[in-house]
Amino acid sequence: MTYVGATEMGVWLSVIVTLLMTSDDLRRTPLHAAHLAAKGRMVPFAGWEMPVQYSGVMDEHRAVRSAAGLFDVSHMGEVRVTGAGAEAFLQHLTPNDVSKLAPGRIHYSALLTRRGTYVDDLLVYRLTEDEFLLVVNAANLEADFEWIASQAPDGVTVEDVSARYALLALQGPMAETILKQLTETELAKIRYYRFRRGRVAGVRALISRTGYTGEDGFELYVAPERAEALWRAVMEAGSGHGLVPAGLGARDTLRLEAGMALYGHELDDATTAWEAGLAWTVKMDSGDFIGRAALAAARESRPSKKLAGFEIRGRGIARAGCVAFGAGREIGRVTSGTFSPTLERALGMAYLAPGWDEVGRAFEIDVRGRRLPAEVVELPFYKRA
Amino acid sequence: MYPETDRYSKEHEWFRLEGDSCVVGITDFAQDELGEVVFVDLPEVGSTFEAGDEIGTIESVKAVSEIYTAVGGEVTAINEALTDAPEKVNEDPHGDGWLVRFKLASPSDLDGLMKAAEYEEFTRNG
Repeated sequence: MTYVGATEMGVWLSVIVTLLMTSDDLRRTPLHAAHLAAKGRMVPFAGWEMPVQYSGVMDEHRAVRSAAGLFDVSHMGEVRVTGAGAEAFLQHLTPNDVSKLAPGRIHYSALLTRRGTYVDDLLVYRLTEDEFLLVVNAANLEADFEWIASQAPDGVTVEDVSARYALLALQGPMAETILKQLTETELAKIRYYRFRRGRVAGVRALISRTGYTGEDGFELYVAPERAEALWRAVMEAGSGHGLVPAGLGARDTLRLEAGMALYGHELDDATTAWEAGLAWTVKMDSGDFIGRAALAAARESRPSKKLAGFEIRGRGIARAGCVAFGAGREIGRVTSGTFSPTLERALGMAYLAPGWDEVGRAFEIDVRGRRLPAEVVELPFYKRA
Repeated sequence: MYPETDRYSKEHEWFRLEGDSCVVGITDFAQDELGEVVFVDLPEVGSTFEAGDEIGTIESVKAVSEIYTAVGGEVTAINEALTDAPEKVNEDPHGDGWLVRFKLASPSDLDGLMKAAEYEEFTRNG
């Protein structure tokens, strides 16, 4: 048996690559020992040694949908932007409307090139009037930080504060019930995409009602030296509620079922928000942001591709990079594909030529020389009740 | 932990000699690396292969792996049960999760393969 397949998120590196890379090359999160104790299978991801799974991707995925999962996402990057001009700067730097973001709120946005394509996608936290936290993908942190710093005007300070934070994501319908046992902060009052500062198990935390799974849940930003104590406290509080530790494998299948984009797959520097179905993150009336002119021009013409969800109507899994065919010609490419643990069928997302992205449209995907029948379906694949 | 009577390849498959035929499966190490198996594609009964040929694929949630045979011959049976219950590969890789039965062309194909203890050592050292 030989591992030829790769590879959602680049996580699934082959056994050989894993063995060739010494762990010295990789960074470890403050939760490394906790992962080993929980029998996490560690793999290289974006320069970090991260748990890809513990008991198994399917088990962990289903636990998050039915109860709760605890993820270590400390590899994510955090960039702090401060100063009296911070709001105006971010309004220019990102396409969502920062002027509408009150302190205590979060929104999903992006860094764009002047061509209106993606440098990265990110979350913007407004900590105070003049203080913001941008949460970016680990693999892009260096490039993002340089880009942001290079664009910043005098009076605005940009700092890479990633080393100050460990990040735990508690996700699933039981998340609030579990977390409630550990904090006096009124969690019910933290609405989706809002945050509060508080203490969880005695650990000072920024408690954010966000996630990347399609479930309710919280993301906890804490000092790295307190992360392991918090991890243990949350796992213990969740022991009677079906909580399991969950790895990057389940994180990927969960976000894919929820139709959420992943940089490097659905988003890259050749893709616009119009094509990615992310028009809601672009506020064309929020002033002149970087990439706006290109996006305005692109909106006037037919996009060359559109992101669509698909299901495989046969046996097999189409994975990232597989080519889509319709009417005998190439019509697009798969960006993410997996076996859905919730729906128990193979599905994925693909960029397809305009017209081919209509729900119900049948097409084919080449999987290692074999054409699998596929059909365009509505995104997201999964929506919580 | 690996059956003493079987032989093992570097591609993490096991080969069990039964008279003039040979049963092939993937090892416990392999199924554990792959994770939950969701599809198994096996060759047609009656097809013939040479040692070293690819005979099918196994898909798990996380990856796809090609199955190679270390022995040549004609396929006399495949494990039909895996179509509806691919999880048998995870649950019982050295038993109910077997993949293919060959009529051996040349029993000496097994000579170069590892014994159980050697294979166990191999999985430890990579």
